[in-house]
Amino acid sequence: MADVIFLAMMVVTVGGALVAMEADEIVYGAIGLAGSLFGVAALFFLLDAPYVAVFQITVYVGAVAVLILFTVMLVRTEKWAKEVPAKSLTELSGVLTGLAVIISLALTVVASNLSGDTTLQNGATFLDIGKLISTDFAPVLEILAMVLAAAIVGALTLSRVDREEERSA
Amino acid sequence: MNSLPDFVLVSAMLFGIGVYGLVTKRNALRLLFAVELMINAANLNFVAFSQYAPFATPGAALTNGVGQTFVLFSIALAAAEAAVILAIVVVAYRLHRDVDVSELNSMEG
Repeated sequence: MADVIFLAMMVVTVGGALVAMEADEIVYGAIGLAGSLFGVAALFFLLDAPYVAVFQITVYVGAVAVLILFTVMLVRTEKWAKEVPAKSLTELSGVLTGLAVIISLALTVVASNLSGDTTLQNGATFLDIGKLISTDFAPVLEILAMVLAAAIVGALTLSRVDREEERSA
Repeated sequence: MNSLPDFVLVSAMLFGIGVYGLVTKRNALRLLFAVELMINAANLNFVAFSQYAPFATPGAALTNGVGQTFVLFSIALAAAEAAVILAIVVVAYRLHRDVDVSELNSMEG
């Protein structure tokens, strides 16, 4: 049963990623990305990490994907309907590079003895993660809060400056 | 039950697709998609390796929690990164009416 769910979620994840890259309309690409992120969340559930999975759904599928969709709809023009296809040489080198990365990573995994450990360890509970975040990683949490605030303020400033430029132009 | 290599292979595929997108695409939003895919591949590896870690002594749950905690921070950081990139995309669109990264060369020396 778990194998069937894993296979289905693998198809959703990789297929969503391919749609995100190759869909003609970029809106469909954004939806494909959301599907791929959701598939990763399901894989987190299969890995016995429910807290990370729920966090992934809340932040990625809930916030980032919706933010991307809004941006796509804000900046969509007719020009995008006929997106300039990359030169065939670029396309070929991209496919070759991607395949080389996948194959080399896969060969590394096959050559290693990772398959020896087939059992999940005792999963960390919410309590353990909460303890870690509020003790060992508390400085990281605070720095991350500052980074988030700086990023949001920076994003707001970017759009504001632009509006003034438009008025003066 | 699934084993560690299954998850690592899915992660490798996601990463490879991300690399392909970064090499071929010129639309700024597609590049953002590619980067998000690669970040997700890395996150998947973090959780997979921490859950299967052979060095985690039984009963020491803290060892497993570290990988998940890293991923929580990584997801939050990626969200901030996406917000900044999307703001840049909107600004570029307002100034140039286009988000093709090969056209955005006004800062070229």
